[in-house]
Amino acid sequence: MKDKYLINARIIDPKNQIDEIGGLIIDSKGLIKAVGKKVANGNLPSKAQKIDLKKQVLMPGIVDMRVFVGEPGFEYKENFRTFSNSALAGGVTSAVSMPNTSPIIDNVSMVDFLKRRGRDKSKINIFPSASLTKNTDGKQMTEFGLLKRKGIVAFTDGIKTVQNPLLMSRIMSLASQSNALIMQHAEDNILSENGVINEGEISTRLGLKGIPSLAEKIIVERDLSFLEEYFCRYHISQISSEKTVQAIKKAKKDGKIFSTGVSINNLSLNENDIGDFKTFLKLSPPLRTENDRLSLVNGLNQGFIDVIVSDHKPEDEESKRLTFSQAASGASGVETLLPLALELYHNKSIKLDKLIAAITSNPAKILKIEKGTLQKGKDADLCVVDINKPWIVNKNKLKSKSKNTPIENRKLQGQVLKTFVKGEIAYERI
Amino acid sequence: MAVIKKFRAVKKKQNHLLGIQGLSFSEIENILKQAKTFITLNKSSSKKIDILRGKTQINLFFEPSTRTQSSFELAGKRLGADVMSMNITNSAIKKGETLIDTAMTLNAMHPDIIVIRHQDSGAPNLLSRKVNCAVINAGDGRREHPTQALLDALTIINRKGKVEGLKIAICGDILHSRVARSNIYLMNMLGAEVNVVAPKTLLPHSIERLGVKSFNNMKKGLENCDIVMMLRLQNERMHGAFLPSAREYYEYFGLTPEKLKMAKKNALIMHPGPMNRGVEIDTNLADDINKSLIREQVELGVAVRMACLKIYCKKN
Repeated sequence: MKDKYLINARIIDPKNQIDEIGGLIIDSKGLIKAVGKKVANGNLPSKAQKIDLKKQVLMPGIVDMRVFVGEPGFEYKENFRTFSNSALAGGVTSAVSMPNTSPIIDNVSMVDFLKRRGRDKSKINIFPSASLTKNTDGKQMTEFGLLKRKGIVAFTDGIKTVQNPLLMSRIMSLASQSNALIMQHAEDNILSENGVINEGEISTRLGLKGIPSLAEKIIVERDLSFLEEYFCRYHISQISSEKTVQAIKKAKKDGKIFSTGVSINNLSLNENDIGDFKTFLKLSPPLRTENDRLSLVNGLNQGFIDVIVSDHKPEDEESKRLTFSQAASGASGVETLLPLALELYHNKSIKLDKLIAAITSNPAKILKIEKGTLQKGKDADLCVVDINKPWIVNKNKLKSKSKNTPIENRKLQGQVLKTFVKGEIAYERI
Repeated sequence: MAVIKKFRAVKKKQNHLLGIQGLSFSEIENILKQAKTFITLNKSSSKKIDILRGKTQINLFFEPSTRTQSSFELAGKRLGADVMSMNITNSAIKKGETLIDTAMTLNAMHPDIIVIRHQDSGAPNLLSRKVNCAVINAGDGRREHPTQALLDALTIINRKGKVEGLKIAICGDILHSRVARSNIYLMNMLGAEVNVVAPKTLLPHSIERLGVKSFNNMKKGLENCDIVMMLRLQNERMHGAFLPSAREYYEYFGLTPEKLKMAKKNALIMHPGPMNRGVEIDTNLADDINKSLIREQVELGVAVRMACLKIYCKKN
């Protein structure tokens, strides 16, 4: 394999604070050999084959910290092959898979299976997470040490929250010992019991049981209190409300060290989008008010929120064609993560470098994986995107096996043109 | 392709009665006007006419109901329709069939109108998107019970002449009540002033945004009211989870002659039934024919449902 020369691109690499016109050389092993403005036509061997990117954005491949793949157990919703195709079309080159499969990823033998499947069937890098508790029952903790040694990057009960405070304190205490990353989906079960939507005017009008934003804040505050006693690598998977943003601000000002994520859905949509019982917008955490959405955008701008995730949760038609309270929650979204995030850049809510950092270098740093940046000597996982290209979301054209996009017919600006994984072109828009 | 698109564009929009929300003022006026004509018919010795002859009406009740179901059944029969009531307890639903599949099965039998009651809010909306006939909501979850609100309005108009300018208090378990929600929308549209009266744990979030004043003190909530609408308090909500006890509830939120004194002298009492005597309402008050409209509500319910069946069946 020869070296590849990508030239005439707008290179954006938030970690190294680069935003300049230049090029990138990929060596024969698929690693980045050189990057920057010096990589230009005049400095390169004249016979070398060059790919002219015509000033389109060249950025690190996206690192998505929260996706549900469906394998094993829910292959009819999504498998590694369909997921990987969907991810590549969205510029995502690394993804952390959630353990909520059937069976649950809670022991070492499952990890081997998962890694093998991920490697064989997926073109992107799959970083599996394992559950915090066995069978995500919230009763017994899993073997963090052994699982971590097998290559598990993070521990989470995924769609569930560890409710028992005593167990949670012990988990955090042991996690620090094995330096494991804990990711909590913050929701108090009792406060949110049977709830399907944000508690407020809309839930009153639609006659649906609401989930108060306090259900989230209480768990966040509980865990952050534990963090004082049992310091460990702690990450809140996704938050949804202004109240929680305030709690996080306060804790950060007090000097606590942890990180926070937000789903692109909660950043871009609000409860009004549910309209006439649209089950594709039934999500967990729920979409909340416009005020909540704005405070999440602010939280990201001010650095209190570190990561944007797709929270890609494929659901088949049968699970969604039910009444709102019976329907499954979750939305497919890995393919539209970047274009939908770019909406926040185009409407001047968030600066481009901050936005890209939240889907590349920030998650990589939290996960401690060598991804999300354009550094010499690292894997050439890249994404080329036309950030201005207008298009309209059509669920039937999305590559995921499940078509439960929450943004059907939405007009977006920004489309992925090419995705590279380890130096190879894995996706190219025709 | 172009031909298909054109066909779709001219396809008539189906009309359903899914809730008071979504109805225009003139639609409401029309229903009430038509219902009035049926009041006399229902009192005559020959109660049957044949404007819905040849039409098929299916009552699909997923929740137990006596008065609403029998009221709809009678209404359809008096208009000459063939009425079938599905008994859900023995049906395929119990065997795990989804609402959509049930709807598709029934749809294949070409009904002209489906009357649905369901424990999940929004179920009639879902059904209406999948069938070719009109859908009438007979109560869905906590969301709406439009025919109940319409019959309440008709009852009020029958006694007071109009709704406009009246002060109406709705008291009790507002949180879980679809009757309360439909009545709030309807009475507001017809120009009444609406108070809701309930303990804090039984008031939904942001209820004031629906255009009402909320009270936790019943006497204050009833001040100068023309109509006092009581709601049923479910048994399971009386003991500890929402309220300390039925006894305490009655003390503060049960309608007694003493509390009623705060309302206007000629104030009238309503209740959608079934009643818990001695829990939300004093038993003598409930039976006081000078004050209680409860029996009249049931009577006019049939007329209102006849009007709805006629209008929505014809629209298609």
